[in-house]
Amino acid sequence: MKNRLKVLRAERDWTQAQLADALEVSRQTVNAIEKGKFDPSLPLAFRIARLFELPIEQIFEE
Amino acid sequence: MNESTNPSWAASNRANARALALWTTAWVGATALLAFGPAFLWDYNPAVTLVALLLQVGIGVGMILALRKQIAGLDEMQQKIQLQASASTLAVGLVMAGAYELLEDVRLISFSPEISHMMMIMAVTYVFLVFMGQRSYQ
Repeated sequence: MKNRLKVLRAERDWTQAQLADALEVSRQTVNAIEKGKFDPSLPLAFRIARLFELPIEQIFEE
Repeated sequence: MNESTNPSWAASNRANARALALWTTAWVGATALLAFGPAFLWDYNPAVTLVALLLQVGIGVGMILALRKQIAGLDEMQQKIQLQASASTLAVGLVMAGAYELLEDVRLISFSPEISHMMMIMAVTYVFLVFMGQRSYQ
């Protein structure tokens, strides 16, 4: 599953560690999601969407 | 965004890992006491041995609960890595234990299979699989 996490994070000038802290996951998990190596669960995807104040479909796509 | 908006999750994980390390160390110590105490410390006194056994099992239960808490505190990717490593380790342990136990019966080895050998194989397998799991998501 593709996503725009890295772009959205860069737009806000956040580090992976900062994003990981905000989402209560490890930095490795943020990195894996950004690289498309790990697909987040629906609850985590909703947390990401809430954090970026965007609909899920504007962050993740098939 | 602040450098650390919610340090409690990471801090909680570190605390869980420290608690697990302490329980594991205590369990290893209690196991050593049970293994060597009867011969070297209390001359096989059954009452003292029973206390040592209860201590070892009790600390073992504490270690299991600490492990459950530690894994429950991980994020979903870390939990997935742990689940895959645990399942594979269980399968490897089952297959290897079955084969290893038969080695003496079919006279391929001259010594009795020891459970400690299986524990070492499972521990090495688990650590290796966790390492490989983490690498696969990098």
